[in-house]
Amino acid sequence: MPVCWNCGKPPRDIHFCADCGSLQPPPANYFDFFELERKLVLDAAELDRRFYALSRRLHPDVFFRRGERERQYSLDSTAILNDAYRTLKDPVKRAEYLLKENGFETGEQKSANVPPELLEEVFELNMALEESAKEEIAAALAKFAAMRGESDVEMARQFERYDQSRERGVLAEIRGLLNRRKYIQNLIETANGTR
Amino acid sequence: MNPVFQIDFGAEERVVGIDLGTTNSLVAYMDLTHPSVIPGEDGDRLVPSVVSLGRGGEIIVGNQARKLLIHESSRTVYSIKRLMGKGIADVEGELKLFPFHVAEGSESVIRVSLGEKTFTPPEISAMILRQLKKNAEAHLGEPVTKAVITVPAYFNDAQRQATKDAGRIAGLEVLRLVNEPTAAALAYGLDKRKQGIVAVYDLGGGTFDISILKLHDGIFEVLATNGDTHLGGDDIDNLLIRIGLEDLLSEWGEDLSQDGEAVQLLRRAVIEAKERLSFAPSADIVFELRGRAFTRTITREVFEKLIVDIVNRTLGPCRACLADAGVTPERIDEVVLVGGSTRIPMVRAAVETLFRAKPHTDLNPDEVVALGAAVQAGILSGHVEDQLLLDVTPLSLGIEIMGGVVSQLIHRNSAIPASATQTFTTGVEGQRNVLIHVVQGERELVKDCRSLARFDLNGIPPLPAGMPRIEVRFLIDANGILSVTARDARTGVEQTVEIKPSYGLTDAQVEAMVEESIVNAEADFRARQVAEARVEADAILAATDKAKQSDAYLELSDRERKDISAAINMLLLAYHSDDHLIIREQIEKLNAATMALAENMMNTAVGRALKGKKI
Repeated sequence: MPVCWNCGKPPRDIHFCADCGSLQPPPANYFDFFELERKLVLDAAELDRRFYALSRRLHPDVFFRRGERERQYSLDSTAILNDAYRTLKDPVKRAEYLLKENGFETGEQKSANVPPELLEEVFELNMALEESAKEEIAAALAKFAAMRGESDVEMARQFERYDQSRERGVLAEIRGLLNRRKYIQNLIETANGTR
Repeated sequence: MNPVFQIDFGAEERVVGIDLGTTNSLVAYMDLTHPSVIPGEDGDRLVPSVVSLGRGGEIIVGNQARKLLIHESSRTVYSIKRLMGKGIADVEGELKLFPFHVAEGSESVIRVSLGEKTFTPPEISAMILRQLKKNAEAHLGEPVTKAVITVPAYFNDAQRQATKDAGRIAGLEVLRLVNEPTAAALAYGLDKRKQGIVAVYDLGGGTFDISILKLHDGIFEVLATNGDTHLGGDDIDNLLIRIGLEDLLSEWGEDLSQDGEAVQLLRRAVIEAKERLSFAPSADIVFELRGRAFTRTITREVFEKLIVDIVNRTLGPCRACLADAGVTPERIDEVVLVGGSTRIPMVRAAVETLFRAKPHTDLNPDEVVALGAAVQAGILSGHVEDQLLLDVTPLSLGIEIMGGVVSQLIHRNSAIPASATQTFTTGVEGQRNVLIHVVQGERELVKDCRSLARFDLNGIPPLPAGMPRIEVRFLIDANGILSVTARDARTGVEQTVEIKPSYGLTDAQVEAMVEESIVNAEADFRARQVAEARVEADAILAATDKAKQSDAYLELSDRERKDISAAINMLLLAYHSDDHLIIREQIEKLNAATMALAENMMNTAVGRALKGKKI
């Protein structure tokens, strides 16, 4: 059981000691930081609300006239707060984070590993790009955007499934979906010329 | 009660807000509830960012220095902000347009010559800061040692570090660097409107920034920022100067581009015309050089044709900023204009068209940034409550990986403080150190990004290749400045990191400058005393000279006249001494020698006065 660095009593609040009020070292886990359950479905408005409330309490501006140790914790806490907010706000990053926390590897998807069901589409896109065929590129873009939409729907479904079952098998499925989605995203960026 | 709550160093110590601008600098403070700009000794609220090295070695700043731009152009420098945090290769283009005299041996840190001495840009900025500090101390009647200083939002790490160094050299503890557009938003107190999205368009003398903020019950959350640290009013001036020089070449048949005095006179003339064109449909560029005059009328229409490219160059960053913020122009509720160049009607029109909102202009665009800095100073010192700035880093941060490619660790427009952790290992058995090259920028290749620093992780335990695991944490603080810490992931032992900044000064160099500035302050003081003694000597020599023409002089004895001549000669000899005491001693001697003369003159004057009166 951790105790407050300042007064030695066990802190009841995750960020501040309930007895002496001093700022504690930040929790490393993003869900813990926001005092959220480790779930994949998340209320975005509630996350925003907590982000602003925590910013007001933890920001270095507020700790300017405090001791060295609290100022350091404030800097560390706010850095984690910002990183955590950025990660949890975005469903894809949130899922990647949870996977990583559960020991899954989520590296860059290599373009060489084309998902077999996408082989034909990739071939067509490359042809269209080579010939700068505007219509074909637009058609491919529309198709990929639709595919991305489908995979988002499927991901949302799997998120709920995981939150209820907490099964590693579901996480493995989500990882597959994430890889596929990333691949589609890359294709969209390629077709848009932004990659 | 716990001691934690009592750690409060000097609760009432004043923190000032400083806008260290390309053209002008200002200092402001929180006066009870409102920010207020502090005027200088001459009553002017703007201190021109111009520094001159006097003939006696004294440092001259502001309006006085600006006057010296014309006749002492080789000892005077302006727009030094353009060189902050830059290497010589970055500024080759600038050097063609600005009369910076860059000294030999300026590789990683530029050194600018002022007369016989050379200074780095942070040292010159420190001279401006020291003047502002002095103005604030005189106005507030108390020592000022803490400040919030503003920087362009698009300033990179090296430029920010250089600004912080300047503060340190000037004897100021820089509590925070605040981005200029964000400061402007704070000054507008736009929190009156509880929610909303605001765009701040800041076109200053040398830099352009655009920031988009979301307001949320007193929280000023920057969504995205973009800009160009090489775009501003200076560019318009340089364009007009070039045209003026061409006109003069065809009119007078003389190329004046290498004539420092002529260029500065022309610069002043075009700036005056440019400023009038914001209010009048046409203005004259009036140029006079050594008795010759040249006038050219410029209409607003022609002016706008000339500057349209410069104005358009601001629109690209605006669109990129909107995209990064994830908002469409329709969602912008308010637009704030900052910087003197936003007085130009064409700039206002362009902003209005792009954001589809009428810009706020109620605060003086020259002062709004300093006022905002004072508000932030108030937040840090606890005088302003319920307001909080959440800013972002303008540029992505990455490290060099194999093949000269950049691996991004912290993306641009991430909220700061921000951090990223990366694990490094060795490639060879027994390798004891790892070199990490950190860059800033949006491009894929290292060569297209800005090199920030090389970090040398040393003291790695000798192990087979790939075994050591060194966890490196990159942290961008609330000032937008990077720090790096490392620890051995197996043992948890903190690892030392040696930093070699690519541009700018090392800590030791800054420390040396801080010390030197104290020594210089003494030298400056001595130089001033000498200058003052010489002024006094001039006065007494002139008075004596005049008195020698009078009847009173003839009434003196030969001995008295001889003593006076001897004292004059002694003072003339002492005049060029570096010791003010020697000069003063001879002034006193001349004073004593002319005592009888002064008395005689007084008597004659009284006699004459009495004669005039009818008793």
